[in-house]
Amino acid sequence: MIEVTDLTKTFGPKVAVDNLSFSVKKGEVLGFLGPNGAGKSTTMRMVTGFLPVTSGKIKICDIPMNWRPNAAKKKIGYLPESAPLYNDMTVQGFLKFCASLRGLGGPKRRHAVDEAIETCFLENVARQSIGTLSKGYRHRTCLAQALLHDPEVLVLDEPTDGLDPNQKLEVRKLIKNLGKDKAILFSTHILEEVTASCSRAVIVDQGKIVADGTPAELEAQGGGSLYDLFHKVTTFETPADKSEEPAA
Amino acid sequence: MKTWTIFKRELSSYFTQPTAYAVIIIFGLLSTVLAFAFGHFWQRDDASLGAFWQFLPLLLMILVPAVSMKQWSDENSSNTIELLGTMPLKMNSAVMGKFLAAALVWLVTLSLTFPMVWAVNHLGEPDNWIIASGYIGTFLVCLTFIAITTFVSAFTRDEVVALIVSVAVCCLLSLVGFPEFINLARQADATEAADIMTKIGIYDHFFQATTGKINVTSLLYFCGLITVCLVGTNLVLKSKRS
Ligand SMILES: Nc1ncnc2c1ncn2[C@@H]1O[C@H](COP(=O)(O)OP(=O)(O)O)[C@@H](O)[C@H]1O
Ligand SMILES: [Mg+2]
Repeated sequence: MIEVTDLTKTFGPKVAVDNLSFSVKKGEVLGFLGPNGAGKSTTMRMVTGFLPVTSGKIKICDIPMNWRPNAAKKKIGYLPESAPLYNDMTVQGFLKFCASLRGLGGPKRRHAVDEAIETCFLENVARQSIGTLSKGYRHRTCLAQALLHDPEVLVLDEPTDGLDPNQKLEVRKLIKNLGKDKAILFSTHILEEVTASCSRAVIVDQGKIVADGTPAELEAQGGGSLYDLFHKVTTFETPADKSEEPAA
Repeated sequence: MKTWTIFKRELSSYFTQPTAYAVIIIFGLLSTVLAFAFGHFWQRDDASLGAFWQFLPLLLMILVPAVSMKQWSDENSSNTIELLGTMPLKMNSAVMGKFLAAALVWLVTLSLTFPMVWAVNHLGEPDNWIIASGYIGTFLVCLTFIAITTFVSAFTRDEVVALIVSVAVCCLLSLVGFPEFINLARQADATEAADIMTKIGIYDHFFQATTGKINVTSLLYFCGLITVCLVGTNLVLKSKRS
């Protein structure tokens, strides 16, 4: 469903993603693990068609992203890193707007919005203005947006970031459930999430894949602990010039 | 279709926030004050809206950017551009949708100055075709300034920067054709420069319209500027990502 070959992205002299190849099949949940600044978000922005690639190929359900971006984007639901939202809209209004952009209309749209609200536990705030929501609700609203059109491919950038422990648990369960009949790529730097919801994981460091396998295999590689493996394969010292936020 | 969706969202954001109401009231007040205080609306003794038109470009060059400064800078700063950029949607539909929503806000604002038209019709017998032509000219100036603001706001994530730069551009475009500056150029024996200034400035095209002399050159001038700005916006939004 997601096929990425030799993906590279450079920002000026800086190589953010370096010759990355991986694939996610239907029914698979691929965890994208790595320290901050490893190139996870940049990869996801390319996979979802937001950033153009420097080189390499991306295919979504066999549709090449560079040739038919709109056909490929239709297959994807995407939760961007910072959960961007329009603060002047209500939760329901925002989801309706996104559903319309996804080409849904009439009763189909109403149904899709209701279902997404239910799946992400947003009933209480459906009519509330997004600007007044707490962080957990904001994150879930953006997640709901990604599920509207029941996409075959889900790309989630740190889906549990900023949630409280209960919400984290819910989202992990949700990802696991959705993963049964979708291809999911999600990024995290929380190691427990790999064992909790992934069927496979790759560890990325400085734009390269440094480890790849099922959670059990990775644990075995690290001598029984994912932490030890993570420590061993990733660069510990991050240079000071590596900012989390992309420059304006 | 997608343009319509974006258009509706933008429009409701203008009207659920105080933006649209503020501009309607402020524009109504200031344009009237300018017409009466500086345009000598009463003393003119002719049934036309000449006094009303005179200072409008100066008012619009500030108010239009103020209404639209957030258009793309907000998408850039809140990163919602990433949502739009990953939807199955052509960027130019989004650019168009936003542009048209701002255009409608100004259409409403301008049409709410109808008491002026009513007043001159009450006082005398103006040529209402000339008045209509004036309104069309004003609306074209609005559209041009909106397009400039759209273009500038695509560059930045800071709405204040977007405001300052677009006001500066609109200001330059308005002032370069102002009679005072043209005369300065003529006095300096730079006749060619004066002619060029008249042509590239917005004032002469606008002035022609307010006297009922809308012509093809003016139409091409406005449409050309608008097209360049909107196409430019599209290119900037695309190239910013690479
Ligand atoms: N727009 C950009 N311009 C320049 N550098 C960028 C840009 N976006 C990301 N980077 C750089 O690319 C690297 C990878 O960033 P990112 O993909 O956000 O990492 P992660 O999501 O794994 O934390 C970082 O060093 C970051 O500074
Ligand atoms: Mg990231």
